[in-house]
Amino acid sequence: MAVQEVKVLSAKYGIKDSRTLAVARAHGGYSQIEKAFSMEPAQIVEMVKASGLRGRGGAGFPTGMKWSFLPKGLDKPTYLCINSDESEPATFKDRQIIENDPHMLIEGIIITCWAINSHDAYIYIRGEFVRQAEMLNTAIDEAYAAGLLGEKACGKDFRVDITVHRGAGAYVCGEETALIESIEGKKGQPRSKPPFPAVVGLFQCPTIINNVQTIASVPYIIEHGAEGYRKFGTEKSAGTFLFGISGHVNKPGVYETELGVSMKGFIEDLAGGVWKNRKLKAVIPGGSSTPIMTPKEVETCMLDYESIVEHGSMLGSGGIVVLDETVCMVKSLKNLLYFYHHESCGQCTPCREGTGWIYKIVSNIEAGKGKMSDLDLLLELADNMEGKTVCVLSGAAAMPTRSYIQKFRHEFEEHIKLGKCPFAG
Amino acid sequence: MSAEVKPTRANKPFVFNAENEAKFQKLLTRYPDTAALNLPGLWLIQQQDGWISYEAMEYLAERINIPVTQVYEVATFYTMYNLQPVGKYHFQVCRTLSCELRGGEEILAHLTKKLGIKPGETSKDGRYTLTKVECLGSCGSGPMFQLNDDYHEWLTVEKVDEILAKLP
Ligand SMILES: Cc1cc2nc3c(=O)[nH]c(=O)nc-3n(C[C@H](O)[C@H](O)[C@H](O)COP(=O)(O)O)c2cc1C
Ligand code: SF4
Ligand code: FES
Repeated sequence: MAVQEVKVLSAKYGIKDSRTLAVARAHGGYSQIEKAFSMEPAQIVEMVKASGLRGRGGAGFPTGMKWSFLPKGLDKPTYLCINSDESEPATFKDRQIIENDPHMLIEGIIITCWAINSHDAYIYIRGEFVRQAEMLNTAIDEAYAAGLLGEKACGKDFRVDITVHRGAGAYVCGEETALIESIEGKKGQPRSKPPFPAVVGLFQCPTIINNVQTIASVPYIIEHGAEGYRKFGTEKSAGTFLFGISGHVNKPGVYETELGVSMKGFIEDLAGGVWKNRKLKAVIPGGSSTPIMTPKEVETCMLDYESIVEHGSMLGSGGIVVLDETVCMVKSLKNLLYFYHHESCGQCTPCREGTGWIYKIVSNIEAGKGKMSDLDLLLELADNMEGKTVCVLSGAAAMPTRSYIQKFRHEFEEHIKLGKCPFAG
Repeated sequence: MSAEVKPTRANKPFVFNAENEAKFQKLLTRYPDTAALNLPGLWLIQQQDGWISYEAMEYLAERINIPVTQVYEVATFYTMYNLQPVGKYHFQVCRTLSCELRGGEEILAHLTKKLGIKPGETSKDGRYTLTKVECLGSCGSGPMFQLNDDYHEWLTVEKVDEILAKLP
């Protein structure tokens, strides 16, 4: 059966002026607030736990469980941060929610604030999204004017304030502790964990950080209950996902499906297949850091957390990149490594030095100046960059390096033997 | 992260204009700590002047009660703060993988030729600045560039020429 779109989060896309409060409301926006406020916060946490919702920002951590880690009975405020940094190359799904249905996100934020007893939410949005930040601010202003936000959010004796905080062009600020530093007015350098943000986070207070898509999924769960949400997806990968697909397909874009559909079917049925009638060479399944997959692996892989792991990669942020047969693998790895080197925050030696070093070696190979021993050196460096740093950015550079060499080693060898790039003509 | 930069003096003092002062006052109510206004404050300065001078950093530091070194540290860490004046039209071309696969290099080469400047340069008349940037979150509609605050997506050489021709 052909892979089909399932419109849960994207239900209002395409409706004229879906971004405005009036249209959002006419199509069910804010209809779940009353129900949520009638529930005990702990009940909501339990419901989200039971729904199986996992974080859509990359790591896939169970959302309800994350919320339940907040310490109880502290004499401190709790903060909610919405991660809208959206900087992982190949990932462009969260902006769709902001552009088409920001009120669904705001509704999710209000419900989450009630569930975790927070009064102040910050939406951390990447600085380049100037227009999207304006759209969010317009929607937030509308919500304030309608009494949905503020001292008595939606008429309840419960304050909710939302502030949009713009980043300024640093990928690492998507990492949750760097995001906190950045809101606090510092360089976006990740903190070592523990303590985890749920215990010591923003302004030294307990803090929950969730991705835009994660929080936008909350109103649906309230409406349909845990079971209603579990109707979609698999046992361990419940619900729907907004996948972004880019690169060499006929119809790049964002498509919402339930988790567990076939990867190959997704590429062919929704993204229109590989462009120009070319053959598939490789797929990066979940954002640029996730290990690359061969066509053979793609053949049997499903789009859910477990299946992609079984196939040696990760679902990550759901940013799929398709590479056709004309792509030089060495050059495409070089492109990604430049990114990670550029974005390293510089505080850990294996990352600061390692990302530069592997970039340089791969550049040399691409230019035809490599040695066979470079390949093992790259693998060794990749091993030394993982698990020894404050955050996983270093590992995010190591993973593509290792998988490219393991799966496309012959292309690296060919560059070295020929003394030039065979694709450069 | 960002390239080596030196604090640049404008040789004139900076103060928020009335509009930005109002925005600044509103932001003060939104954070429990004034230091959190470091990034938003720098944005307001850049909005007002187009770039951030050392005098403006000193001003912000005083307004939010942090050492000027912390303002400077932040201003140099993040790539989007202009620590020198930029051209009237700032082209930021994405160079990352999804855009490259769809012809991003060709777009950059074309712009370089048309504008007569290399990435990292500003034209002598102050009209154009060209920058190569990392993924801007438009990967599904690449190749793309950001021109001042707006994204231009699904670029082709022809489309770039049209955009250039329309610039006032
Ligand atoms: C270098 C780096 C960049 C990240 N960028 C993002 C991002 O842009 N958006 C996001 O939601 N999560 C990003 N994450 C993951 C966050 O740290 C965090 O796990 C996530 O926001 C939690 O939300 P979730 O549980 O709803 O997924 C990044 C992580 C790292 C290490
Ligand atoms: S791993 Fe890299 S990005 Fe992460 S904290 Fe260390 S130096 Fe910074
Ligand atoms: S790769 Fe160019 S916008 Fe993401």
